[in-house]
Amino acid sequence: MQTSLSRFILVRLLQALPVLFIIATLTFFMVRLAPGGPFSGEKKIPKEIQANIEAHYGFDKPLHVQYVRYMGHLLRGDLGPSFKYVGWDVAELIRRSFPVSLQLGVFALLIALGLGLPAGIIAALHKNTAADYVPMGMAMVGICLPTFVMGPLLILLFSSGLGWFSPMGWYSWRDLVLPSLTLGLYYAAYIARLTRGGMLEVLSQDYIRTARAKGASTSRLVFVHALRGALQPVITFLGPAMAGLISGSFIIETIFFIPGLGRFFVNAAFNRDYTMVIGTVLFYAVLILALNLIVDIVQAVLNPKSRLE
Amino acid sequence: MSTATPTTPAPEGASLWHDAWLRLRQNRMAVAGFVIFAGITLLCLFGPTFFTRHAYDKTQLEAHFKNPDATHWFGTDALGRDVFIRVLKGGQISLAVGFLATAVSILIGVTYGACSGYVGGKLDALMMRAVDILYSLPFTIFVILLMVIFGRNFILLFIAIGAVEWLTMARIVRGQVLVLKHAEFVEAARALGYSTPRILAHHILPNLLGPVIIYATLTVPAVMLLEAVLSFLGLGVQSPMSSWGLLIQEGAEKMDIYPWLLIFPALFFSATLFSLNFIGDGLRDALDPRAAKD
Amino acid sequence: MPLLEVDNLQTHFHTRDGVVRAVDGISFHLERGEILGLVGESGSGKSVSCASLLGLVPQPPGRITAARMHFDGHDLHAGDEAILRRLRGRRIAMIFQDPMTSLNPHMTIVEQVIEPLLIHKLATRGEAVNQAVALLEKVGIRDARARLDSYPHEFSGGMRQRVMIAMALITRPEILIADEPTTALDVTVQAQILKLLRALAHEVGAAVIFITHDLGVVAELADRVAVMRRGRIVEQGPVLAVFENPQHPYTKGLLACRPRLDTPYRILPTVADFMEVTATADGGEVVREKPVDTARLRELTLAAPASVARDVAPPLLEVRDLKVHFAVRRGWFRTSNDYVKAVDGVSFTIPRGATLGLVGESGCGKTTTGRALLKLIEPTAGSITFDGRALEHLDAAGMLPLRKRMQIVFQDPYASLNPRLTVEQMLTEPMVVHGLGADAAARRARAVALLEEVGLEPRFMRRYPHEFSGGQRQRLCIARALAVEPEFIVCDECVSALDVSVQAQVLNLLKALQARRGLTYLFISHDLSVVKFMADEVAVMQAGRIVERAPAQELYRAPKMDYTRALLDAVPKADLQTLRARQGKV
Repeated sequence: MQTSLSRFILVRLLQALPVLFIIATLTFFMVRLAPGGPFSGEKKIPKEIQANIEAHYGFDKPLHVQYVRYMGHLLRGDLGPSFKYVGWDVAELIRRSFPVSLQLGVFALLIALGLGLPAGIIAALHKNTAADYVPMGMAMVGICLPTFVMGPLLILLFSSGLGWFSPMGWYSWRDLVLPSLTLGLYYAAYIARLTRGGMLEVLSQDYIRTARAKGASTSRLVFVHALRGALQPVITFLGPAMAGLISGSFIIETIFFIPGLGRFFVNAAFNRDYTMVIGTVLFYAVLILALNLIVDIVQAVLNPKSRLE
Repeated sequence: MSTATPTTPAPEGASLWHDAWLRLRQNRMAVAGFVIFAGITLLCLFGPTFFTRHAYDKTQLEAHFKNPDATHWFGTDALGRDVFIRVLKGGQISLAVGFLATAVSILIGVTYGACSGYVGGKLDALMMRAVDILYSLPFTIFVILLMVIFGRNFILLFIAIGAVEWLTMARIVRGQVLVLKHAEFVEAARALGYSTPRILAHHILPNLLGPVIIYATLTVPAVMLLEAVLSFLGLGVQSPMSSWGLLIQEGAEKMDIYPWLLIFPALFFSATLFSLNFIGDGLRDALDPRAAKD
Repeated sequence: MPLLEVDNLQTHFHTRDGVVRAVDGISFHLERGEILGLVGESGSGKSVSCASLLGLVPQPPGRITAARMHFDGHDLHAGDEAILRRLRGRRIAMIFQDPMTSLNPHMTIVEQVIEPLLIHKLATRGEAVNQAVALLEKVGIRDARARLDSYPHEFSGGMRQRVMIAMALITRPEILIADEPTTALDVTVQAQILKLLRALAHEVGAAVIFITHDLGVVAELADRVAVMRRGRIVEQGPVLAVFENPQHPYTKGLLACRPRLDTPYRILPTVADFMEVTATADGGEVVREKPVDTARLRELTLAAPASVARDVAPPLLEVRDLKVHFAVRRGWFRTSNDYVKAVDGVSFTIPRGATLGLVGESGCGKTTTGRALLKLIEPTAGSITFDGRALEHLDAAGMLPLRKRMQIVFQDPYASLNPRLTVEQMLTEPMVVHGLGADAAARRARAVALLEEVGLEPRFMRRYPHEFSGGQRQRLCIARALAVEPEFIVCDECVSALDVSVQAQVLNLLKALQARRGLTYLFISHDLSVVKFMADEVAVMQAGRIVERAPAQELYRAPKMDYTRALLDAVPKADLQTLRARQGKV
């Protein structure tokens, strides 16, 4: 188990390198082939000055030369300077803005799991009763109220209406509540449905009947026998869910005016801030690959039968 | 074991489809979903040609932000455009994106998954590893990037969304094909000397249809959601055209003072997602009785 | 006072399609230390009735009622979950049929075996583990202490069933309910498990309710037997009495229709020879005993003299040194570095019009052999000659004309019919592919004739497979194979999934078809009694090779190889002689 696990991690890490290389290349050419450039949208700049700036960043050289140069920098871990935020390195911008997104994502995940898991378990144990219909009905509503509807509605209710929270900004812990709730509720709904489905599936298994025949109590059935199997679909979902929490933060950050990485990314793309775009995409890619790896490891540890291949 | 007076005797010679239809009809939520969805679709398709009093792009600056009344059922927006017609028009776009992009994803997903599953062996391993890797890419980010950089191209929107959503379809189809390929009735077909195209067309595809339909029904809302996200970020459909995502974004900006700008498009959007999800759940229970959770 | 007393137990399921009376008023009792065999076919309610004792039936939709259901002073029927829970696993334990799914795949063996002790607070953890080790060793798991932390999937089916037994007996229960515990196992493993179960139950002093569909197992094991049919117990009594002098026509039929090792048959009697069932208007039924024409029955069951003609007939199929090796592919690039030798040098011939029986336990390569003959699996090496033509190098196009002449019937009647095709489509498609029948009407007429030939009614033409029972489906599979007018049919475990009474009908059908059409069979089965009924010659397979091949009568009378003898010894015998011998001994 130990050796196969470390081998598995090693293989996955090695596999990630070409993937990241392809992503970097793809993004590089995609941004470059797009019309416009980082300095074209600005107010009138004299031609010579623009030429100067472009020469400074090496834009006057052929594209493949620029590509080789950029990849060279990348290999040394240098994401380059931002074109838009003059004087800032891309890495520095990510370092400053990502923790904001991370806090948002982590709290949203906690809300999603904290609400979704118990709701799903309770619903499955009381199938076809009010204790099933009520949480599952709410979950259905949750799934059909996407974040950009839920967000404004929550603002309408809690800040405009009740005045408990401020509608936007990022100054105190209270500003974390509405955004992470908005983001988390959607995933809570999803997780509740998955948990219920997984629970029902497992509860119908022969080995649950065996456990009942041994005289196991309901709580023992749920927590000792059923939960490990029932959570498999939830854990599988957590990979895409975390990716979703990250990319979902674009919208939340836009709605609530939060200075997170998502907003920086969208702005960078609008502004053709080449290095910032590639840097952020690569950062997200690394993050998602890492999260998927963690999810796979958790799954392998929980499921003795799964072979780490 | 004896069965006493079944309430719904299936007529003799009823196909599985027929049985599924009977089960579906008994599922009240699914039927309600169908009715709501059909209502919204018909309204969006024919509404704008029927209610010609207003046009979706006709601005009347003197009549902006009007409350809902007899002339403007859902009120007017910042430029005095009729919100009712804009919601219907937006519905056309959102539904079109939802269905066309789903069609793209089915096309790619079924072909890819069926090839991978039926051919098997090394090709299968290679194709599935490719899917695994694609799965681990930040796809939404790429779609956003694509839309930002190449402009808000409608065709590009279909392709981009379809290209994201085909992955799960491919996995589902491949899994099914793998199971079916080794099913004894397929072996019997091979023993009877049926050609591969005949086996695929008569014996594998019809048995694949159930899962594909179920997943497609659940893909439509997912796609509509993605379109709405893009439009909400200002990357999808652009004014004066209209889509539900765009309307919700416009509405969210002014919701403090003019809540109807948010509420009506959000209502339509959520009701559509709601009905599609119920239809999807109902279809799953009806087409795959073993998976039915009741 | 008996240990367990059940009076008029009813378990009904209230479903959307009406009330299903799974258990419809049964009464029985169980004395301390005795073994009660509960026999019945699928759907007879035997498992549900035992699950009802412990309230293990899901309620709703199930509803359990009983006039009286007492266990040693406890009212099991009071509906008190707390009382039932204290009894479950401590004083009444259960073992289930499928050892693959009945153990929790996410928990280690030791966790599961000691769980009853911990739940009922009968031992501390340390003591429990020690007891578990001792018991696991006793049920035949060697080096148990080292394997405590294994997971179920690391054990074979037989081993898992041993773990289940240890788990059930660890609390020294007073009643052990064993629900078809050996059905999923090979016959030699079954023999070991039965022996173990009997010895341990005796040692612990537990009474056993043994649920099975196999009368042979009951004869081997039980003191008393209760026969269930459609939710009711039709007959119960001491095993010897019931076997010697069955009263109910259903019991008579069951006892008669099972092919046995000790008597030769020409045609098997069926349950329908003994009783007539007429449905009443209110969904019930009336069972009437048929007068049995014993003379005719004797004539039926008497073996036909071995045909001399078969011995001199030229071989229709000749297999020389057939090998099928599967590459074991591992790792990233699916490179193969190892082979599983599923079939490893098999040779035999089958004369035209004869039946070769191929027997062996699971994984011996018998099924792979059958499929390789039809080139459903590509053989690795060896030659296959069918009616003078070499098959091994033919491609799909070359095989096409031969597909018409060689067919196969599979084991699982539920998986081997395409659920989306009607009977008519299913039967006419092969004719279309092979250009049989002038037009659609002619093909339809042929399909109707086929249905009648396999004993189904022509009105079924528009039906779909899911509307048929298992036995009817297997008849459809046979009809489909016959649609191309083959000369040779591989019957791959084709009656293994069927109930005994249905099995007899299908076997008779196969025999009748062979006589009428001059068919040649390769009859693959794990069931030695069934093979004995069907085959002229028998080949015994083990680990990819044929270890013994001999004319059927000879092989059963005087097996030469140890393996064959072990197989034959392991078959539970339902004959009176064995039964009397056992009863005398006990």
